[in-house]
Amino acid sequence: MTIVETAVPATDLATPLHRALGLTDEELAAIGARLGRAPNDLELAMFSVMWSEHCSYKSSRPWLRRLPGAGRGVVAGQGENAGVISIGDGLAVAFKLESHNHPSAVEPYQGAATGVGGILRDIFTMGARPIAVLDALKFGDPDDERTRHLVRGVVHGVGGYGNCVGVPTVGGELVFDPSYRDNPLVNVMAVGLLEERHLTRAAAPGPGNAVVLFGSATGRDGIGGASVLASATFNETSAAKRPTVQVGDPFAEKLLIEASLELIEGGLVEGLQDLGAAGITCAVSETADRAGTGILVDLDVIPRRETGMTPVEVMISESQERMLAIVRPALVADVEGVCRRWGINATVIGRVTDDGAIRIVSGATELARIPAAALTSDAIVYQREARAPVHERAAPAPGVHRELLETEPGLPERGMDPGAVLLALLGHPNLCSRAWLTTQYDETVGADTVEAGEHGAAVLRVRGTPRALVMATDACAGVASQDPYLGAALAVAECTRNVAVTGARPLGVTDCLNYGDPGRPEAFWAFTEAIRGVADACRALELPVTGGNVSFYNESGSGAIAPTAQIGVVGLLDDIDRRVGPVFRSAGDVIGLLGSTTPGLAGSVYASLAGASLDDRPPGLELGRERALQELLIEAAAQGLLASAQDVSGGGLAIAIAEGCIWSGLGAELDLAVGSTPALELFGEAPSRAVVSTTPEAWERLADLAAGRGVPLERMGRVGGDRLHIRLIGLAATGAAEERGAGVADDVDVPVGALEHAWTAGLPRALGEEA
Amino acid sequence: MRVGVVVFPGSNCDRDALHGVELAGGEPVALWHEEPDLHGAEVVILPGGFAYGDYLRAGVLARFSPVMQAVRDHAAGGGLVLGICNGFQVLAEAGLVPGALLRNASLRFEHRWVRLAVERTDTPFTRAVPAGMTLRLPIAHGEGNFFLPDAELDALEARGGVVFRYAPPEGNPNGSARDIAGVIDRRGNVCGLMPHPERAAEPLLGSADGLLLLRSLVAGGLAAAAA
Repeated sequence: MTIVETAVPATDLATPLHRALGLTDEELAAIGARLGRAPNDLELAMFSVMWSEHCSYKSSRPWLRRLPGAGRGVVAGQGENAGVISIGDGLAVAFKLESHNHPSAVEPYQGAATGVGGILRDIFTMGARPIAVLDALKFGDPDDERTRHLVRGVVHGVGGYGNCVGVPTVGGELVFDPSYRDNPLVNVMAVGLLEERHLTRAAAPGPGNAVVLFGSATGRDGIGGASVLASATFNETSAAKRPTVQVGDPFAEKLLIEASLELIEGGLVEGLQDLGAAGITCAVSETADRAGTGILVDLDVIPRRETGMTPVEVMISESQERMLAIVRPALVADVEGVCRRWGINATVIGRVTDDGAIRIVSGATELARIPAAALTSDAIVYQREARAPVHERAAPAPGVHRELLETEPGLPERGMDPGAVLLALLGHPNLCSRAWLTTQYDETVGADTVEAGEHGAAVLRVRGTPRALVMATDACAGVASQDPYLGAALAVAECTRNVAVTGARPLGVTDCLNYGDPGRPEAFWAFTEAIRGVADACRALELPVTGGNVSFYNESGSGAIAPTAQIGVVGLLDDIDRRVGPVFRSAGDVIGLLGSTTPGLAGSVYASLAGASLDDRPPGLELGRERALQELLIEAAAQGLLASAQDVSGGGLAIAIAEGCIWSGLGAELDLAVGSTPALELFGEAPSRAVVSTTPEAWERLADLAAGRGVPLERMGRVGGDRLHIRLIGLAATGAAEERGAGVADDVDVPVGALEHAWTAGLPRALGEEA
Repeated sequence: MRVGVVVFPGSNCDRDALHGVELAGGEPVALWHEEPDLHGAEVVILPGGFAYGDYLRAGVLARFSPVMQAVRDHAAGGGLVLGICNGFQVLAEAGLVPGALLRNASLRFEHRWVRLAVERTDTPFTRAVPAGMTLRLPIAHGEGNFFLPDAELDALEARGGVVFRYAPPEGNPNGSARDIAGVIDRRGNVCGLMPHPERAAEPLLGSADGLLLLRSLVAGGLAAAAA
């Protein structure tokens, strides 16, 4: 790792210091107004990191207020390190999604590893033991050698960190799309479990209390990460920013977890905050501002990794695996004792004051004096301009709904063999088996993992109770490219549905919003649309958004990424023995489809395979219907009616059924009434649907329940045999077959072994690692 | 039956092992790495994880910790010691069981469910396993590729030192010589294996086969105490 010579970039006479630090002239004036004087160089550096987009949310803050934060059981919400929701019996779950995109693009292993480390700290800072990690990864075309390098590095980094700290990585997403080529997305979700009485705030109450820094010493790594790397658009010179990436040490983090939880359980701390972006500056100003206090820091006593570090470097270093504790003076010795036992350095670096200021002193000299609020809650806020981009209409995709083709007559499905398309989709890099990646992650450490990996939502039992936590993360960037509002709302619908199909009731939502340069009205518009989409969906489903993260500047010379609202959901299953899996269970079970298909192929994997244009219409979302479906699934699971349930999403109905076959080794025999076109019925990704199977005895009860709640339920066929046979029936099916000409199969009829082979071989083949 | 589970800094399966011991009917007790004292434990488990960060080489630093002196004395007196995953690596580095654990042949961390053939059911670690039964357990390691020179492998096999072998259908996940997943020392009271029995001790978690090994240990400790 290269060492940066100085945190303050070399300046020449033409570039004033504030601009070199990433601050605008307007911001310099705003800083002067808050201080009542011009800032000195250290103060300017502290402002530059705290007023970075990454730390201040200066573009997004007014919009984030529109997300619904209140909800049943919420004990900590937006603005805290992580959301916390009560699950009964005095227990609560803490969870949050966060991005580490730019560091991972520059240095994939360390970028991803420290992304895991950072989000884990957000969880145990609240007093929760981390119990699970989920990673949502987005890359460019897997054929590209650079993409492969990034995939290998990021997966190795997520695993290297999570495996070592002993937190299982139980799920996530892996999506390839050309828009992520130069700007991959690494979003990591962490989930923790705590006793509610141990809930800890990241605040610095009580003037006179000691401010204790514990964990690793402060070095020169990650200097300017928040301002220089995370808060600027990406370009060819970004590789030169590698020294701004932090270096992770999961062993140190493991000790930090144990020590922090011991401190909390022992009642030894008044407040606890992890050190992430903007390092000590951020930790002291945020904790003081939350409590309405100030903090005095003695710069000279802060342990350093090397000599000769400047005050600026010490104050803004993003060295990993450090924590800040607020401790009553009488308990400092106890805190030091716990840290010593875990082999961790703990140092009193200052004290809480009542003057509301962050003061940095060295000997008798005061180096900086800034109101805590000026660095955090009173930081500058921008009202950015949002403007919808103008789309040009291109040719429609094969198989687009006929209504859309009125002005463009054509033969959308000529030559389509539905079985061959199904096999191609199963092997598609975005739909195939994730075993290449999940085998590199420890999924079972902790001995609580009931379901993990690639069969939908992860299920972890809550030891000592009959309950389980169910978690998932999803995004619908394909649709969002065309309609960011719909894409974001669909992501909320899909993610909550993933949790609900297990029988669990969704508790809350965390979001990680990844967009382009907020100074570009089109990029900012996509962000505002996503906020609207997440807010509308969460209101309709009556779910709180308990926190998350905004990542702007996800652009490169080749353009902006697909607007990506990554959603994370945690749900609660009251009785783990009533959980429902996606795998067909027994031959003879009846297969049905809950919900109904709406037209639209845009954003689907089929459309991308068939060369669709982004201007084809995406499927519609009716949130009332979504909610009715989810409530039905939860009730049906509670009544024990379901043998299996699988959400219909990527690849559509045929993929959902094929997965039930592959994972069970059982075939299925079904009829599919084709009302529009075979492509739409088989591979359309209309939301608010689930494939379920039941015993023949339970079918009528399920049908009654569905009818009573107004959810359509169509009987499709039965589990059994060793082939997946889907007969396409109805006028539209026959018509399509005629268009395709003689000798082309009307049906899907494929051995389960062939389905499995296509699904298993997909990812190694895409990444050029075929055995 | 008191079963001690050593907690090194960086151990991350210690809590799982303590829980597993409880499920097997034993009385679990955590043993802190800095204390050369087994606190009355009749059986000792070295759990999985990354002891001392596994810096330098997996298990190599842990062998020098104070608690390991007590573990050596315990083993020398015929007491039972089971090393799981990183614990196996520590035992191998300490010379308490034969062999070395190299990086996996794939050069990657491997988490998989594997099948284990139990070669011997007459040891204190396997006595509750019905003869001929294969066990389904998870592995999770980067360095589990068992190695010994051929002549020493022959000698190990000849004396019945191989207790567990990876078996079909999943087979050998890491390139281990002769599919070896676990071995026992010459005296028969120190055993190490890479798969995790403590993570497969309840049907809810996908398999309860691991409980057979933990039960053997609890019962085996009783027998050793009676002898």
